[in-house]
Amino acid sequence: MKDKEPLFSSKNLKLLTNPLNDDNPITVQVLGICSALAITVKLEPAIVMTLSVLVVLAVSNVVISLLRNLIPPRIRIIVQLTVIASMVILVDQFLKAFAYDVSKQLSVFVGLIITNCIIMGRLEAFALSNKPWASFLDGVGNSAGYGLILIIVAFFRELLGSGELMGFPVLEKIGIYNIGYEDNGMMILPPMALMVVGIIIWVQRGRNRKLIEDK
Amino acid sequence: MKSFSNTYIFVFSTVMVILVAAILSTAAMVLQPLQQKNIEVEKKRKILGSIHVESTSDNAETLYDQYILESYVVNTSGDPVDGVDAFGVNLKDELTKPADERYLPVFVGSLDDGSKEFVLPVRGVGLWGPIFGYVSLENDFNTIFGTNFDHDGETPGLGAEITTDWFQDQFVGKKIFNENGEFVSVEVSKKKADPNNPNQVDGIGGSTLTSKGLEYMLHDCLVLYEAYFQKQLN
Repeated sequence: MKDKEPLFSSKNLKLLTNPLNDDNPITVQVLGICSALAITVKLEPAIVMTLSVLVVLAVSNVVISLLRNLIPPRIRIIVQLTVIASMVILVDQFLKAFAYDVSKQLSVFVGLIITNCIIMGRLEAFALSNKPWASFLDGVGNSAGYGLILIIVAFFRELLGSGELMGFPVLEKIGIYNIGYEDNGMMILPPMALMVVGIIIWVQRGRNRKLIEDK
Repeated sequence: MKSFSNTYIFVFSTVMVILVAAILSTAAMVLQPLQQKNIEVEKKRKILGSIHVESTSDNAETLYDQYILESYVVNTSGDPVDGVDAFGVNLKDELTKPADERYLPVFVGSLDDGSKEFVLPVRGVGLWGPIFGYVSLENDFNTIFGTNFDHDGETPGLGAEITTDWFQDQFVGKKIFNENGEFVSVEVSKKKADPNNPNQVDGIGGSTLTSKGLEYMLHDCLVLYEAYFQKQLN
């Protein structure tokens, strides 16, 4: 097995790092926007959501990749959905048993991971035609890219909207309220998540030449 | 693309479905006792929370045994109902029954200073789903001692604010009867509440429906206990 690819070859590393910037599922592919709006009001649910998506996507990617030669193409979407749905139910059950408080915070959004387009997208576009290890890295990379944006958005929304980070009253401690500052209630509303995502896209496109389309 | 026969597809999907069903039901059965335990502990924490006893998932059961003296069930005429475990009563099911058949749980708590509190469960509808909680009354059956509200899916930062301290602290010391002794519950006001009005608190800006839902919840659930309050006072 001389020509065996090393586990972290540059090609494999690309799978991990590309979705963070060049191929970001949210800002470049504009997938998974719905959950990015819904659970980014506070930082903590955003982080747990990221981890849940990471587990679901990495495992589903590996499962589909292992089965890729056995799955009949005519029912592949149904198979993918079954795998995703089972994973989501498992994650939900585990959260309820071992991290009850967090599972309550995320409430319906864990279940809604099923409808997250990023997951179906990766299974269909990547796992069905690649080996398990590469699929695993792709899954981790894409959920990290998704989570990165989620966490950035949640950071600004929680800080500017409620003046807290992870529930800790940062702005109150600094004493900024004493000089007349007030929380921006608008940040809590869903449209502002879209605005923040828009600003991130703008900044990213301004800095990353690869993303600038030819006229 | 490889082609598969119809038989293969049928066999494949059957095996897949059976496998998935087996995995999921095993997981559900194995994890169920843990989840059930979590739900019970949470219920105890909420009951304790409504009488201002802070608890964690680890010490909730000890504290519950320490501070909750007894619990019993009454009916809407205020008479005790024997043979029903108050902790096991699910208010959601009770509220679907005809009013005179409902079991109404009462948890009697006592703090270190010897005061007696009566904890009553409440349940209603918010904007997106159910809201619920516990209200504790002082032994005049009029003054609110504390509350503990929770929800299933209200918007974080808006309706979900009903679980926060600033919102719930407003209820402490409010009265559910007005000066003439009529049951009025507590109004969750859309406008700035009058601080001198013992039957009014501030609502949450931007979540009128959750605020109103909470107001109806308090009224509709506490009014069921009115006969019980009268009997206790006489």
